[in-house]
Amino acid sequence: MAGAHMDVTDVAHLARIRLTPAEEQTLGRQLDQILDYMEQLKGLDVSGVEPTAHPFPLVNVMRPDEARPSLSQDEALRNAPAPANGLFMVPKIVE
Amino acid sequence: MEYEAVIGLETHVQLKTQSKMWCGCANTFGSPPNTNVCPVCLGMPGVLPVANEEALRLTVLTGLLLNCEIPARAKFDRKNYFYPDVAKNYQITQYDQPSTRGGHVDFEFQGGMARVRITRAHLEEDVGKNNHFDRNSGVDFNRAGVPLLEIVSEPDLTSADMAYEYLNALKDILVYGGISDCDMEKGMVRCDVNVSVRPKGGTGLGAKIEIKNMNSFSGVRRALTYEIPRQIEVLQGGGTLIQSTRRWDDAGGITEEMRTKEHAHDYRYFPEPDLMPFEPTPEWLAAVKSRMVELPLARKQRFMKTYELPAGDAEVFKNDVPLGHYFETAAQGAANPKAVANWVINNLRARLAETQAREIAEQESLGLERSDMTFTGLSDLKFPPQALRDLVGLVENQTLSSSAAQQVFVEMFETGKAPADIVQEKGLAQVSDTGALEALCDEAIAANPGPAADYRSGKLAALNRIKGHVMKLSQGKANPGLVGEILERKLRA
Ligand SMILES: [Zn+2]
Repeated sequence: MAGAHMDVTDVAHLARIRLTPAEEQTLGRQLDQILDYMEQLKGLDVSGVEPTAHPFPLVNVMRPDEARPSLSQDEALRNAPAPANGLFMVPKIVE
Repeated sequence: MEYEAVIGLETHVQLKTQSKMWCGCANTFGSPPNTNVCPVCLGMPGVLPVANEEALRLTVLTGLLLNCEIPARAKFDRKNYFYPDVAKNYQITQYDQPSTRGGHVDFEFQGGMARVRITRAHLEEDVGKNNHFDRNSGVDFNRAGVPLLEIVSEPDLTSADMAYEYLNALKDILVYGGISDCDMEKGMVRCDVNVSVRPKGGTGLGAKIEIKNMNSFSGVRRALTYEIPRQIEVLQGGGTLIQSTRRWDDAGGITEEMRTKEHAHDYRYFPEPDLMPFEPTPEWLAAVKSRMVELPLARKQRFMKTYELPAGDAEVFKNDVPLGHYFETAAQGAANPKAVANWVINNLRARLAETQAREIAEQESLGLERSDMTFTGLSDLKFPPQALRDLVGLVENQTLSSSAAQQVFVEMFETGKAPADIVQEKGLAQVSDTGALEALCDEAIAANPGPAADYRSGKLAALNRIKGHVMKLSQGKANPGLVGEILERKLRA
């Protein structure tokens, strides 16, 4: 088998994780090994098996539509590095 | 070469719930920034979302109203991306197993009927709101986590006008069903537009160009009116179009390129591990089905058929649901429902509007805000709908002239008295007593020798002068039909 390959640089960028070249090497190798396991699993016949989105056999977990008190504005902004006018200030957003 | 446009719309609609999708924060508009927020909708570590049952009901109800199939199983997924208005760094949505799929919307278009297929309507959450300043931006998370329905159409639309009519029809359905208030001013409806052009009659699709985040239907129409010819021009000039995203500049009236496909997002969807799948039971579905309402178009068609109303009247009652309901109550057992509709639309509605305008002016002078004002509505009327039917009946059976009926209506509106009582009290009943009318006619002929001679010499229009005199003598109560007959007989003798 040719061996699966994942572009670690690209994935790290998508997840906003900064990696050193050494980390990229190690993680790249490990991720490729994981992908190889997946390739092996693809060989299994799972046509009769239901996909499992969750290990617990539980459905329809819901709450009634009732509004409850929220945090105060001060409390909500306590972690904000730069609150102003009740807002979470961030560097200028350009689309 | 002639080209045609292929348009599909993704319409985002905020659901009308008390609380947000995954937490108990209030779903309201206009609160001070970051006051309807909690650890769940701020994306704090370690919190768990729990689905709002009403939002799921409204989603399935929308599916039913849009003729969708309701799959036996739906689930939620994470759409991962980094943006300041997404606190968790992912948006919870339904990716491959949505709550509804495969429906359609029928609507009136250019004098006929049109149908747009609905790919799916899936449930997700709204994101925070960015405020832009000179040097930086500020995020308000009050909107984050508000239940949001994304309604995806098939690319069945072919023009800017058609897209506009589809959006209005969709909005009517959602408002009728109590799904959303669809208040544009409050950003409750937003639209992404996908548009491409191809040689007329072709089957392939051109490069898909997306116009993001439109917040008004008229904006969608104007953006398409600009964008379709732009694409055609590029192709006719020998250029090529590439898949890209554009922004609509409302002030400038143009679309501008934001990014091309090379920079398209990779959202790395995966199943949301914190939420369980949703499998509606037959009982649950039956309870949602019981909330189904008559669709706006069906209502309009029913009004035209059952009450033999012209399309214009039926349209008024389609757009004003309480007024239509009032009409239906008033028209129960009426011999001439069309006449009842005229009274409801021309007299009652006008009178109410007048009253409300006066009440608003009064309350404004007292310094009240519009939201704190109260005014007379249909439910505050002093007379029941049946009284209006009775009034129309009195005109129909010629007891009342139409001008006298206006007087009775004003009195009904002010006092709530029954029309028959008002007619009695004010002596407004039409005079159809031939003896009395004969005398009045003789008097009128004697007073108008000129017109009488004109009539006798063949100028038939001269009769109206004499007729008018009789009406005046009777203070408007003479039966005009009878007066005409008597005068003709006397003048020909
Ligand atoms: Zn919250």
